[in-house]
Amino acid sequence: MTTTLQATVLDTVVQAGDGALIRVPAGGRLRIVDTHGNQAVDTLLYDADDIDNRYSAFDTIREQGAVYLTTGSRLLSTRLDELAVISDDTCGRHDTIGGACAQESNVIRYGEHVRHQHACRQTFLAYGAAAGIGQRQLGHNINFFMNVPVDSLGNLNFEDGVSAPGKYVEIVASRDILVLISNCPQLNNPCNGWDPTAVQLLGWWES
Amino acid sequence: MSDFTHEVPGGAAWSFPIRAGRLVTLTALGDDACVSTLLFGPDRLDRLNVPDTLKAQMSACIKAPMVLMSDRGVALASVVSSSLDWHDCLTGFGSDAHLARFGPSSYAVDRNDWKRSARTGLVSELTKHGLGEADLHGSVNFFSKVGITDDPHGTLGLLTGVSHEGDTVTLRTEVDVLLVLATAPHPLSTTPYAPAGVRIDVAIAEPVTSDDPSWQFRDESARALEQARRLAA
Repeated sequence: MTTTLQATVLDTVVQAGDGALIRVPAGGRLRIVDTHGNQAVDTLLYDADDIDNRYSAFDTIREQGAVYLTTGSRLLSTRLDELAVISDDTCGRHDTIGGACAQESNVIRYGEHVRHQHACRQTFLAYGAAAGIGQRQLGHNINFFMNVPVDSLGNLNFEDGVSAPGKYVEIVASRDILVLISNCPQLNNPCNGWDPTAVQLLGWWES
Repeated sequence: MSDFTHEVPGGAAWSFPIRAGRLVTLTALGDDACVSTLLFGPDRLDRLNVPDTLKAQMSACIKAPMVLMSDRGVALASVVSSSLDWHDCLTGFGSDAHLARFGPSSYAVDRNDWKRSARTGLVSELTKHGLGEADLHGSVNFFSKVGITDDPHGTLGLLTGVSHEGDTVTLRTEVDVLLVLATAPHPLSTTPYAPAGVRIDVAIAEPVTSDDPSWQFRDESARALEQARRLAA
């Protein structure tokens, strides 16, 4: 049996409010490092061969029987295919029901004065375009490092993050996937500690 | 007086464009109904956004008098009344995999009793409007309740015996919408195959007054309704 050592093929920084579109081959590992802590990394996953076969937050929640994501969570598509698995997580839990900020949803939540602020949805569309990902292909996303507790009374809250500088989450691709990231520019709620910061992406796979 | 009434049997799907300013009342025709529902705005590109709907109104379920918000911050519809205080919107609609426990089913063998999942029914309806799989999004599963446990994982599970024949929910359309729904079993259901149907009554809504519960509910609800008002103006 031969063992192939996988070199680090990706080591990049995504600045606050910027994004990335990364192709991760089956078996590849992608690590997202919260370099400063309290950052929200809005993430969508797609089957690289068919972008309509995309990450589904609610199929993932239902099939794992739990709201929050952590090590072992299988990230499923709208066709119930496994796109990736969370293989390591030093944070503890991640949100997938809070969605991404949009310029329009910011207006709804905070008022008209924020209409022209930068928002995740535009980053998704800007970086997704290269892969043909447009409005129709934007599903409900994962918010790595974000804390959105729900309770048995049906309440939902946004709380200060449970992350900290250097904490990371890692996924292993179950098939060739596209990972679309918006490093959230949100200034209006505690998901970024009111100060969006950079994240580091590290990838290991055979290039 | 109702503009029209339509009955969708259990295990079926339906879609219909409904103009702004209508009351759409869904009435469960059996116990433990599940009406998996998608909503689109006037251009069919803007659509229901469950995460935005929940976070703006600080709720993990759908109940009156919340508004159902779109990707673009538009109130597509308001939940003006309901006999239930919890409609599931966290667990999505069922796929064919969730019907596998009932064994194979086909039209050739079962004729009109063949078993189709909510997903199959929703996609079938979407194709009638030039839409398709790419337009699927988080659904509201009316009449279903999925309980959440206060533990570190947020464990959840379907609660049965919560909804009964005759339960209702009434939506007021705030803009012209496309309503798409399926009456297949909830994907977490473990009971024998007996999905309930739903009656849909569509009526003209009264003009909205300043004390409207959805406008009064939260500042966020009112702002989404204002976006709808501008769109329908």
